[in-house]
Amino acid sequence: MHREAIKSPPTSFEPRPHMSHRRQNICFYAIKRLVMAVPVIIGLTIIVFFIMALIPGDPATAILGSYATPENVAKLNEQLGLDKPLWEQYATWVGNMLNGDFGRSYNLNRAVIDEVLERFSATIILAGTALVLCSIFGLLAGIVSAVNQYGFVDKSVTLVVLVGISTPAFWLGLLLILLFGVQLKWLPVSGMYEIYGGGDLPDLLKHLILPASTLALVATGVIARLTRASMLDVLRQDYIRTARAKGVSDRRVIFKHAFKAALVSVIPVIGIQAGFVLGGAVYVETVFQWPGIGRMLVTAIATRDILLVQGGVLVVATCYVFFNLLADVFQNLVDPRIS
Amino acid sequence: MKQLLKNALILIGFLCVVFAAGAVKAATPPDVLVVGQIAEPKSIDPHAVTAINDFRILMNVYDGLVKYKSGKLEVEPSLATSWTISEDGLVYTFQLRKGVKFHDGSELDAEAVKFNFERMLDEKHPYHHTGPFPLSFFFSAVKKVNAIDKYTVEFTLDAPYAPFLSNLAYPTGLIASPTAIKKYDKDFGRNPVGTGAFKFAEWQSNSHVIVERNEDYWGGAPPLKAVVFRPITDANTRVAEMLSGGIDMMVEVPPDSLSQMASNDSFKVYEQAGPHLWFLILNLKEGPFKDKRVRQAVNYAINKKAIVENILQGTAVVAAGPTPPAFAWAHNEALTPYPYNPEKAAALIKEAGYEGSALKFYVTEGGSGMLDPIAMGTAIQADLAKVGFRVEIETYEWNTFLGKVNPGLEGKADMAEMAWMTNDPDTLPFLALRTAAWPDKGGFNSGYYSNPKVDELLEKARQATDQAERAQLYKAMQTIVYEDAPWAFIANWKQNAVTSSAVKNFNLEPSFLLLLQGVSK
Repeated sequence: MHREAIKSPPTSFEPRPHMSHRRQNICFYAIKRLVMAVPVIIGLTIIVFFIMALIPGDPATAILGSYATPENVAKLNEQLGLDKPLWEQYATWVGNMLNGDFGRSYNLNRAVIDEVLERFSATIILAGTALVLCSIFGLLAGIVSAVNQYGFVDKSVTLVVLVGISTPAFWLGLLLILLFGVQLKWLPVSGMYEIYGGGDLPDLLKHLILPASTLALVATGVIARLTRASMLDVLRQDYIRTARAKGVSDRRVIFKHAFKAALVSVIPVIGIQAGFVLGGAVYVETVFQWPGIGRMLVTAIATRDILLVQGGVLVVATCYVFFNLLADVFQNLVDPRIS
Repeated sequence: MKQLLKNALILIGFLCVVFAAGAVKAATPPDVLVVGQIAEPKSIDPHAVTAINDFRILMNVYDGLVKYKSGKLEVEPSLATSWTISEDGLVYTFQLRKGVKFHDGSELDAEAVKFNFERMLDEKHPYHHTGPFPLSFFFSAVKKVNAIDKYTVEFTLDAPYAPFLSNLAYPTGLIASPTAIKKYDKDFGRNPVGTGAFKFAEWQSNSHVIVERNEDYWGGAPPLKAVVFRPITDANTRVAEMLSGGIDMMVEVPPDSLSQMASNDSFKVYEQAGPHLWFLILNLKEGPFKDKRVRQAVNYAINKKAIVENILQGTAVVAAGPTPPAFAWAHNEALTPYPYNPEKAAALIKEAGYEGSALKFYVTEGGSGMLDPIAMGTAIQADLAKVGFRVEIETYEWNTFLGKVNPGLEGKADMAEMAWMTNDPDTLPFLALRTAAWPDKGGFNSGYYSNPKVDELLEKARQATDQAERAQLYKAMQTIVYEDAPWAFIANWKQNAVTSSAVKNFNLEPSFLLLLQGVSK
């Protein structure tokens, strides 16, 4: 989880480290981070397990609802193996997981791992698309604003971005449903595939448009704001003035010289936005009935489906740790100043 | 070159949008009914589920020995064609319908029925591990199930238990195929096999469950080719799907949308009062509610009409007593709801000497059958303030709330919200009003009401097998409980559903179960 600080740019000219040496360094760095991830994941299992144990209410009460007499609850808890001491439950859970068994969901009567992987892949499709959309539009909007600083285009883009950042995703989602689903009937209201005759890529794309755009909107705004600031910073640098003075074309100055430098400070923000997009997926999945993991976790927590929550959070958190690691390694690759 | 590439990309993008737009079919396929459900089913194993959401699927895939008469909460033959009850009320003998086949081709016989109940009740049964069976206590009175011959099955109870027949009509009493249970073991809940009008066809997690017409159904093949149950958890999205034509039927319509749909010719709105009661449990052990006059005062002080009309927007009716009117045969028509009379309430409180008392009130954020608990709790708080009570609300999430209320209110609160939905007039009072149902004895009498006369009436009613006799006993019980006012009786919920106007022959049942055998589209 630890992210090394970006060192200030070198003041004097330093020779670039030898390429193969550098590659070796990155490999070493990646392995080090991988080893460091192990205690993080062990810590995660403990936190996830004990949070679920600490919140009031138990699965038997949730399952039995109005019929939860102390007697019935005790009987059902015994059947579910929840009458044992906590450390024993934890040991059983971790032991089973090491054997690849994440347990069965009480409520779905299904293996936790099947459910989690299925739901997580749906979330990855949605969040991934949203992330691509917000990166493209965020970067473009940022560059366009920066280049036309204080111009009409800059002001309009800033306004749109501001509205985007301030709009709650679930509200926007409902408005989009009402317009494109109910009034115009252009796009499906909810779900991931048609029930009859669907299931192919065009069908998936059609169902993706509304939820992915909704999810991307806020992140687009944040990325656009940051890209604009970062670009303006870079455009004021001496080497850009030098490039212009040399007669390099505008397009080349912006994309080749300025954008590349600006990207270095934008990449970590895109990484952070990835986290927000995953988190925001909870609302969007609910509004659009997207069968993702966010919605699954909300239901599972409400029904105290302990093994499902634990399995789900663990898989998501583990992936998050690895995405973070990847982002750092990637940044390491593009920015030679980080070692 | 670059310009060309750019133009090509724009064109492709444009085509994609046009293609996507043109390809949307809003209408559902003919002869296929798409139902918008409120949640993903937990299982389609009748003995393992507890949620009304799942019952809606179950009732169309399985049959029970008996079922509820259309529009009533009285039982009639289904898989059993007739039955006899012994004089002492301990032995029930059922004659099974001959020639009925499960969807997997195996035959329904007495052994199959025996298998179903033993799997649920006998911990040593080889398929008991396919549970847990949280509602098996519905049949805890069953001591023994015997297959007398191929088509005769006999249940022996350990004590007379009048609700037995109506429990058999409840989804927990539906009969599943033993062959399929043996085949699928723990996964039976996702591969259900029954004898019902529709056969299970497909379950795509978090997307839909499809059941298809059973051509060989003993009651005649249903008109619909298939029914698709789609879980759409968000009520607004469910409404949007209904408006866009993505579903043909939706249940549990939010009150706000109900009036919008009712005024639109493309839709039909259905409402049906059910065996539901929303009430306040009052703590009789300590504080002001020890005094009967104060309990009656609370019943007078709450403007129930305003709650059902304004907060619930007509989706419920004012409750008169502990037994909902949906149990037509057992409901005491002579009781009228406590009228809204704050002056009388204030006078009663003054007489009892509890003016200006502070009350602690447990309110839940939501929960099964709880309707709009926070808004209702706040309205009640305001009504009670008008008669001088200082009510302090404590709000809890549903499961936490149950964990606080079910063990009893003593030392914690003076009153708590609660709602019950039952299948027999026995269930609620037996589990929540008897002295022997105080929380320390394993019951739900969280307010510690105790009246020996009520205890006696309820015990007698449970043992009587004659419905008319039971009715008299329940009516007498209601009169006493109304007068004693251990609860504040607030509302009976009306179940609702909306269908597109193309859907024919649909009716909501007072049992709150969704029956689609006769529906066409």
